[in-house]
Amino acid sequence: MSALALDSVSVTLGGARIVESLGAAVEPGEWVALIGPNGAGKTTALRAVAGLVGYDGAVTILGDDAAALSRRDRARVLALVPQVPLIPGDISVREYVLLGRTPYLTYFGSERRRDHDAVDAALEQLDLLALEHRRLDTLSGGERQRATLARALAQDAPILLLDEPTAALDVGRQQQVLELVDSLRTQRGLTVLSTMHDLTLAGQYADRLLLLDGGLLVAAGAARDVLTRSLISEHYGAEVALVDTETGFVVVPVRGGTIGNGA
Amino acid sequence: MRWVAAAVFLAAALLTGVLVGPVDLGALAVVHATFAHIFGLHSPLSGSDDAILWQLRLPRVVLGALVGGTLAAAGAAYQGVFRNPLADPYLLGAAAGAGLGATLVAAYARNSGLSGDLLPLAAFAGAGVAVVAAYVLGRSAGAAAGPAALVLAGVTVASFFTAMQIFVQQQHVDTVQQVYSWLLGRLSTAGWREVGIIAPYAFASWLILLGHRRLLDVLAVGDDEAAALGVNVGRVRLLVVVAATIATAAAVAVAGLIAFVGIIVPHTIRLLFGGSYRQLLPLSVIVGAGFLVFADVIARTIMSPAELPIGVVTAFFGAPFFAVVLRTTRRPA
Repeated sequence: MSALALDSVSVTLGGARIVESLGAAVEPGEWVALIGPNGAGKTTALRAVAGLVGYDGAVTILGDDAAALSRRDRARVLALVPQVPLIPGDISVREYVLLGRTPYLTYFGSERRRDHDAVDAALEQLDLLALEHRRLDTLSGGERQRATLARALAQDAPILLLDEPTAALDVGRQQQVLELVDSLRTQRGLTVLSTMHDLTLAGQYADRLLLLDGGLLVAAGAARDVLTRSLISEHYGAEVALVDTETGFVVVPVRGGTIGNGA
Repeated sequence: MRWVAAAVFLAAALLTGVLVGPVDLGALAVVHATFAHIFGLHSPLSGSDDAILWQLRLPRVVLGALVGGTLAAAGAAYQGVFRNPLADPYLLGAAAGAGLGATLVAAYARNSGLSGDLLPLAAFAGAGVAVVAAYVLGRSAGAAAGPAALVLAGVTVASFFTAMQIFVQQQHVDTVQQVYSWLLGRLSTAGWREVGIIAPYAFASWLILLGHRRLLDVLAVGDDEAAALGVNVGRVRLLVVVAATIATAAAVAVAGLIAFVGIIVPHTIRLLFGGSYRQLLPLSVIVGAGFLVFADVIARTIMSPAELPIGVVTAFFGAPFFAVVLRTTRRPA
């Protein structure tokens, strides 16, 4: 059984077709990245999976039709980390991470022991215990990103949706966040679906890539099958060189397209 | 610590409220007499002193506490559901609607002998109609438009109702003074009857708002993320707005428009103790109650025997305070 399955999912926003008959599956424990040029529909596809936009077609989460799941049940299996999380500056890290327990609480309910235990575990795993009483607006960008990830972890959902997890981070922080996601995936057995704009990082970290353009799925598979000069040239309008290094696959933009040996 | 400080503040306000006045009643006797009344025992005070305490000061202090706690909690709740630090209980047009209701009564029913009873009722109804209108208008912009559409709808409805109010007032210039004194807020007519009018609304709304304190924290991360956490954002917003609005309308009906309490009190608490609604809402009720009782003491003593409208006192302290809030909440992005 796939962790996530999309069957001809289409999304129309304001009369415009943003995602067109998207079909894809993500297996348990897998990391799949949605890539594509700006406006390709990556984020909208992710939001459809999260149930934040209406769609035609079917999304199946761990064998259940997503449309039939209640909000709370969906939030127990899917945790979403948005590209630019809205950070309420004047609450503490712990109070923020506690929000991740919302799907387990009744409407007027408050947290119990096991909720605090889940928060403790998430804070510890993301090395935030020393910061738990700090206000969010006193944290650095990297620390905030970790706090948002901790909130998602506290949700105890087997599937993690990440929208551009490395946006606005420097190259070192990008690697740290992705390494972190990868180790969490291994430790907790998570399934990850993320959108990513950096093709090199997408190729290095994700097991499979789904290339979207104009709302259509145009290529899918391992990095070396999707990140080809012709596909990138066709869909990004970019001239790139592809370097297969010992430690990973690198996509380098080049001027004039005269360099590069293909892959 | 914060709870003790808030409780001491409220206790000090209540005691000051019943002790300060032209007649000195004595602190111990006042506390003794109050409990005697509550438990049906014999009051240690003389007949006239006892009447001053039980018929004049105590209902006024209790009313001030109920109105203050309600406005502060409603303000905090509005700021939460709209994620807007400038939101106050009158944001969705409650003040303008209540103003129109009160003005209509003052203009057309003043000689009916009923205007004393009708005015709070009309103010309550006006506030309710305005907020419902704003809500319907805001929702018609679509749920995706989010809280901003609702705020704009509130501004629209408020301008329209204010225009109508001014029109009616211009047609009946003789009502200006009555309407004006009402608009500035007052607790001077307080009696147990007014307390009885607002108490059920105040307690019910406190209960509902406090029940939502955790969900208001969830809303702080945005509508999308709150929805992704399994929260029905529209329902939370509606329930909180309804509870806050009914309580505000009841407060306006008995005390007129008292500005700034709904902004000053929650923001002070945010600055001192942090912004989580888990603490912010209950502390707003306690501190708001104490604040308005203190403001009323100032209003009735500073120019004694004349009384300053309480809205003037709260705004006098509110405006400078607001400048401080704006300065100190300026943080590096």
